[in-house]
Amino acid sequence: MAIPILDVQRLTVDFTTRKGIVRAIDAVSLHVTKGETLGIVGESGSGKSVTSYAVMKILDRAGKITNGKITYSGMSLHKIAESDMRDIRGREISMIFQNPRAALNPIRKIGKQVADVLIQHNQATKADAREKAIEMLKAVKIADAEQRFHAYPFELSGGMCQRIVIAIALACRPQLLIADEPTTGLDVTTQKAVMDLIVELTARFNMSTILITHDLGLAAAYCDRLMVMEKGRVVEQNASTVLFQSPQKDYTKQLLRATPRRDSNVRDLLPEAMHGKADPLPQSIPPGPPVLTVSHLKMGFGKPGSENYHLAVRDLSFTIRQGESLGLVGESGCGKSTTSAMVMRLLDVTDGHIEFLGQDIASIPASQFASHPLRGKLQMVFQDPTDSLNPRWSAERSIEDPLKNLSKGLGKTERKARVVELAGLVGLPTHLLDRFPHQLSGGQKARVGIARAVALDPQLLILDEPTAALDVSVQAIVLNLLEDLKHRLGMSYLFISHDLNVVRLLCDRIIVMQQGKIVEEGDARTIMDHPETDYTRSLLAAIPHPPARETHTDSGALA
Amino acid sequence: MTSSSVTPATAPARDGLWHHLRYIMAENPLTGISFAMFIGLIIMAIFGPYLVPFDPLATGAGPALKPPNLAHWFGTDHLGRDVFSRVVVATRLDLLISVSAVALSFVFGSIIGSLSGYFGGWTDQIAGRFMDTIMAFPLFVLAMGIVAAAGNSVENIVYATAIINLPFYARMARAEVSIRRNAGFVQAARLSGNSELRVLFGHIFPNTLPPMMVQISLNMGWAILNAAGLSFIGLGVQPPTPEWGIMVAEGANFIISGEWWLVVFPGMALMLAVFTFNLIGDGLRDLVDPQRRT
Repeated sequence: MAIPILDVQRLTVDFTTRKGIVRAIDAVSLHVTKGETLGIVGESGSGKSVTSYAVMKILDRAGKITNGKITYSGMSLHKIAESDMRDIRGREISMIFQNPRAALNPIRKIGKQVADVLIQHNQATKADAREKAIEMLKAVKIADAEQRFHAYPFELSGGMCQRIVIAIALACRPQLLIADEPTTGLDVTTQKAVMDLIVELTARFNMSTILITHDLGLAAAYCDRLMVMEKGRVVEQNASTVLFQSPQKDYTKQLLRATPRRDSNVRDLLPEAMHGKADPLPQSIPPGPPVLTVSHLKMGFGKPGSENYHLAVRDLSFTIRQGESLGLVGESGCGKSTTSAMVMRLLDVTDGHIEFLGQDIASIPASQFASHPLRGKLQMVFQDPTDSLNPRWSAERSIEDPLKNLSKGLGKTERKARVVELAGLVGLPTHLLDRFPHQLSGGQKARVGIARAVALDPQLLILDEPTAALDVSVQAIVLNLLEDLKHRLGMSYLFISHDLNVVRLLCDRIIVMQQGKIVEEGDARTIMDHPETDYTRSLLAAIPHPPARETHTDSGALA
Repeated sequence: MTSSSVTPATAPARDGLWHHLRYIMAENPLTGISFAMFIGLIIMAIFGPYLVPFDPLATGAGPALKPPNLAHWFGTDHLGRDVFSRVVVATRLDLLISVSAVALSFVFGSIIGSLSGYFGGWTDQIAGRFMDTIMAFPLFVLAMGIVAAAGNSVENIVYATAIINLPFYARMARAEVSIRRNAGFVQAARLSGNSELRVLFGHIFPNTLPPMMVQISLNMGWAILNAAGLSFIGLGVQPPTPEWGIMVAEGANFIISGEWWLVVFPGMALMLAVFTFNLIGDGLRDLVDPQRRT
């Protein structure tokens, strides 16, 4: 076996917090050999990021390495001085973070930022830094690198920014690249482009990579070896192909199940123990009369006729019937969020009609819709469960809010009873009701958000990427909850997402949007199997899939 | 041990206010000190007049211009009044002026700032230019002008101090509200049928309180200085009322002849009060921020 370039032995990191000392990672051992890509996979709180921070020695003040050894090409990183470590960071080991915009200095030209790193590590002099920086920008496939040298981060898209971050990380030809969720928050097609770029460059420079991700599909597609972490411990470590074919530990199996595959249905995502208990998927009932009819919807930003007038949504028409789920899919900037805001009556339309339960609601100004009788029938589940809850309000108060405002007939005790009933409906333990959002887990917050949305028995629920901010196992549970609620409460869904794979789990029909227009529309199955347009095909091709698993004996539910 | 196992699982996850307060003080000893000093100030303000050994207004409580001694801890002034009694009794007036001034500017500044941050457009333009106008004056001179024009009274000092502080609150409230204007929970509040004003004052505004608390406490110290400053130059509170600013002003005449205690003690009281309010800000912020209550 080759000598590992990075060797971590029994690494333990403790954090000092208000509640005492918390062990973030416990006796984690890993190694990376030259040219290899190691994937660290785990859900939030598993310690995967802390592991990489400890290797880079960028833990914050509360965190301390209490035990273990980190050896990087013969050097003991756990022992060396901060001044030497500063030399190693960037030149020997580099890191890419999740949010590229936050990683770049917003008021410095991107080319200068690349040049800075080169000068810092004596890889370039003032004279040739510019030239070398442009070369690096070209290497990460920035078109017009000479011109873009002078661009500021805000002028670039998220994918472009991530390329710049990669350029900075690789500028000094480090031996090891640590990529911490490098594509979270990017569209699938951008994700593919960025990941392909990382793979291409690391192969060209013969570098090793550690890819930290929560997405098993992504890890499977790009890593040689995988390490699964849970609660600060290593669960399992194996070559990717082996791990996917024959996972040894229960946690790995559960994680693999929860990652949506092309052929899985929403029940398959649940852990085996719950899978047996869950009710079989209800037969889809034939859709009833139309609930929502959108016709020739348009939305323009800026002054009409002026140069920066921009049509975010152009001539959009679709119908949702009672009990039906419609998926609205597209990349960021395609106008899907604008559409949802207009349908939700949070945004006034430029032109067009929105007919909801027989009434044209597009003509009602957004500011007056709050007190409209139809408000309660048209609700929404937001993308980020943390951001969508008032940080100063307890879960109970958040769920109660719509009842208080829109169900005038209810008294205080009736409202409390209804909140408890709703908590039961979404599976939120009632003793959590008096907690604040920051005291709840992501899944619990999502449940609070859903309870609030269904409090008034809505007819149509808009789901705006309701699981994008959640771990896969929580996503599995939330998706199942949404599926069950739909049948129990007879709601229709408009599911907005960039991830076709998740959308098709819940939706009967799918609309694919690009630049404010519908490019393809049809039955979910048909679109997934026989996409008609190139755009849909590219969306589908970009989704990283975990390799198909040999079907287990217990997959009776699928048949 | 057994009793803890009996307690139902529904025990509230929130710590009590007392527990929280203790934690905040333990985490930052300075906060503890500032809270203690604050309580001291409050006690002096409420009970001071009943506790002091001499009538603060009575001339001839002792011989005139005596340095600090056992009977008169802070000495006596040129009319033979007890400086200690006067310093203690002055606390109430000084705190009253600064608290009411800060309360006024907090309430009106927050309302103006929140509205302009939330609605933007012309509301923002008008409020913004109004605040710019106030800021264009040297603030102390503006306060002098207001008191001089409106008349020499305690109320007018309060109003003047409130007006010159208005822009700080308005600008802060505007910034804090406008960054939350389109947050997810605000959208959710709109969907829950809240009117625009309820969204603003029920949902957004309470979330701006933590930074506002820091502003309030810093501003309290500043307001005390401002009130004392106005009295010092002869506006506002009139002698013989005990007030730290006037006492410093009166004592200044005697400092050349060596009667230092007339200036030093009221000056110290002023300094300690300002110091307390500056320190207490962080503690107050921690107290009103639910995220610190884990």
